[in-house]
Amino acid sequence: MTAAPLLEIQGLRKEFGGLVAVAGVDFTVMAGQIKALIGPNGAGKTTIFNMISGVLAPSAGRVLFEGKPLPVARPHAVAGRGIARTFQLVRLFGDMTVLENVLVGCHRRGRAGWLSCALRSRAMRREERRLRQRAWDVLGLVGLEARAGLPAAAVPYGEQRLVEVARALAMGPRLLLLDEPGAGLNAAEKERLAALIERIRAAGTTVLLVDHHMDLVMDLSDEVLVLSYGQKLAEGPPAAVRRNPEVIAAYLGEEAA
Amino acid sequence: MSAGRRVILLVAAAVLVAGIGGLVRSSYVLGILIFIALNAIAAFGLSLVMGFAGQVSLGQAAFYAIGAYVSGVLTASYGWNGWAALAVAVLAGGVTALLIGFPIFRLSGLLLAMATLGFGIIVYYVLVNWSGVTGGPSGLTGIPPLSLGAFRFDTDARMLWLSWGCLLLLLGLGGNLVDSRIGRALRAVRGSESAAAAAGIDTARLKLGVFALAGASTALAGSLYAHYLAFINPSPFGFAFSVELVVMVVLGGAGSLWGGLLGAAAVVLLVEALRSALPLLSLSHGAAEYEIVVFGLLLMAVMILAPGGLTAPGRRVA
Amino acid sequence: MSFEAQLAQYLASGLVVGGVYALIGLGFVIVYRVTRIINFAQGEFVMLGALLMVTGRHLGLPTAAAFVLAVAVVAVVGALLERVGVHPIRRAEATAALIVTIGASIAIRGTALAVWGTDPYALDAFSPGPPLRVLGASVVRQGFWVLAVAALVFAGLWVFFTRTYAGSAVTACAVNPRGARLMGIRVERMWLLAFALSGGLGAAAGAVIAPITYATYDMGLMLGLKGFVAAVLGGLVSPVGAIAGGFLLGLLESLSAGLLSSGYKDAVAFVVLILLLLAQVAGWTPWRVAEET
Repeated sequence: MTAAPLLEIQGLRKEFGGLVAVAGVDFTVMAGQIKALIGPNGAGKTTIFNMISGVLAPSAGRVLFEGKPLPVARPHAVAGRGIARTFQLVRLFGDMTVLENVLVGCHRRGRAGWLSCALRSRAMRREERRLRQRAWDVLGLVGLEARAGLPAAAVPYGEQRLVEVARALAMGPRLLLLDEPGAGLNAAEKERLAALIERIRAAGTTVLLVDHHMDLVMDLSDEVLVLSYGQKLAEGPPAAVRRNPEVIAAYLGEEAA
Repeated sequence: MSAGRRVILLVAAAVLVAGIGGLVRSSYVLGILIFIALNAIAAFGLSLVMGFAGQVSLGQAAFYAIGAYVSGVLTASYGWNGWAALAVAVLAGGVTALLIGFPIFRLSGLLLAMATLGFGIIVYYVLVNWSGVTGGPSGLTGIPPLSLGAFRFDTDARMLWLSWGCLLLLLGLGGNLVDSRIGRALRAVRGSESAAAAAGIDTARLKLGVFALAGASTALAGSLYAHYLAFINPSPFGFAFSVELVVMVVLGGAGSLWGGLLGAAAVVLLVEALRSALPLLSLSHGAAEYEIVVFGLLLMAVMILAPGGLTAPGRRVA
Repeated sequence: MSFEAQLAQYLASGLVVGGVYALIGLGFVIVYRVTRIINFAQGEFVMLGALLMVTGRHLGLPTAAAFVLAVAVVAVVGALLERVGVHPIRRAEATAALIVTIGASIAIRGTALAVWGTDPYALDAFSPGPPLRVLGASVVRQGFWVLAVAALVFAGLWVFFTRTYAGSAVTACAVNPRGARLMGIRVERMWLLAFALSGGLGAAAGAVIAPITYATYDMGLMLGLKGFVAAVLGGLVSPVGAIAGGFLLGLLESLSAGLLSSGYKDAVAFVVLILLLLAQVAGWTPWRVAEET
């Protein structure tokens, strides 16, 4: 039984002036998977993310989501199709509370326009209650209810990461792109994160992540794709990739165990 | 500021204004307060544009003019009902902002600012040259006051109530907006535009919406201005007024609900203070140029030393 | 006058005023290339140059000395603006600097009003004599001075930018500030130099146009804006573009005033500006002005 892939990357290529960041990459992500993109710095991982999420326009190739091409260079439209992402360096709205940050993730789930918001119509108030409840639920999922009222900038970095994940989850995405979610976390925080990602997958969201931390990636992912200098080096289950001699030479060989 | 505290403040202000209108007889004082309200309404939208859309509009006086002239022409030349004309004027301001905003918001910040400058000057030229409709340089006279049945807003006290009533209403609605889903989206765009877009917010449309709101609110101020003075001509609607509005917003603090009001009050009071203090210095040319110099230096000083203005001391721009 | 003669007249006056716009536009371009800032006070530099020229002549200085003095003083004013107003906020967004330069332009204008008053001042042409006839057009002598000064300035700047170390350093900063810094160029000094240069350029433009148009305290705003349009016509980063843009704008203005109506003369520049910006939005221009990369 071959199901259609959730995400299809076809011949994706990105050049910046003379520099080829992504040199024609193909891969798919199946629904319900946790897939990881790994590779040395500069391999093109975040660039691929940026092309999927609409931040960058590809020089060539395309991205299909649920069988249909994604809008190019329009991040909010890509988000509207059901793809959420986090960023390598956390981008929270510093002067808003943790809860409000997550509420921004609920933006598309609301409909109240300028007029009803200005007038605080009954429909708007009802919607606001519903959105707040949803934000609370998501905060519960990541375990941060206790932080809800704090300014986002005041929360420790590891938890800021989780707030960003919560904000992405609040969108109710079918695909979640996590860009270096483990960066800057200690061992305990990484375990908490891995458990969270498993819960996210169990709840029905497909996860594509980019990360450097081998322990996190190998234990968590169903499939791993190794990139080097913008090209696909290997793809497959973690155990197989780990044994691939090219991969070891290019990447794993430089890492301590 | 929480919603509750805001409502209390607005109600208290309303009571205060009602009292002042009833008790104060000085035309001079009432006039100053009216101008503070009118300028605050005009600056309100600009404060949102500069604070949330992160853009500078150097042509905001054009919307003031649109509000004043649409109201003025419809009531004085065509005998329209004042409120209907006001509604059309506000709509005209908003729609014009949408129409010009749509192309120019795709420009970067500096060019957008210059485009708004160009727009403002072109509107000024139209006012001066389209004499058939606008009365040209001599302007439009005989603009009737607004009225509710037999109650005419034709005294200073009544215009005080009307202008401040509109201002407080605008601040109330604005406060609702800031606390709502749209307000959150605006604050998100200000915090990190890329993250806001990733969360599904159409940042371009939001910025355009803020610009339209600014056009509408400035037009409202212009419309009230026309009914207050009963006479308008192009000269107050030039580039100098656009700059004055920017000064108000910068001084009061962009992106804050109260910034426009604080800035308007500060500027109006500053001008009055300068006018009364400067004749004491015997100089050959009078006070006008010192006003200008002080404004220029004030603008520079605020941008360099306290870019957040009065509402956010020490907050850096970048 | 025959139509050809009239046309020649319009072309001639268009070229003269175009030369002034070109000088002013160059000032914008030099500052923008190095600092990515639009210096709103550029027009006021022009005004100061004109009025200082007037004062210099009133004090009995010969034309050349007054000219040099005006240019030097305004160059210092430009440098002062950079130190006091622009340097402190160099890390903020460009619109913040724009607002600061707007404030500076207001302050400078107010100061000029205090010093010189509202009256327009007449200035003798740099060389006496009746207008000269060229191809059917009658051109005042000062018109030739405008073009001569402009040509000299363009040539001087070309030599400066291509043949001197300082000039190359300025260009380097314009192209790649970080790289320039790594090569040992003090970028902050280059900002200062750019503002001083633009001050001098503005003053030259003002000093040379004053005998034709009179000098008043409020001549700066319109001239500055038109010079800006000239710069935008050239994409805001190209000196040659600004020069071409200046002459083009001058000709457009002159022709439309002559052939259509003189009432809207000043509006031509703004209509051109709006059209240019709209063209950029539509993607019809070969350049993208002031885009953040």
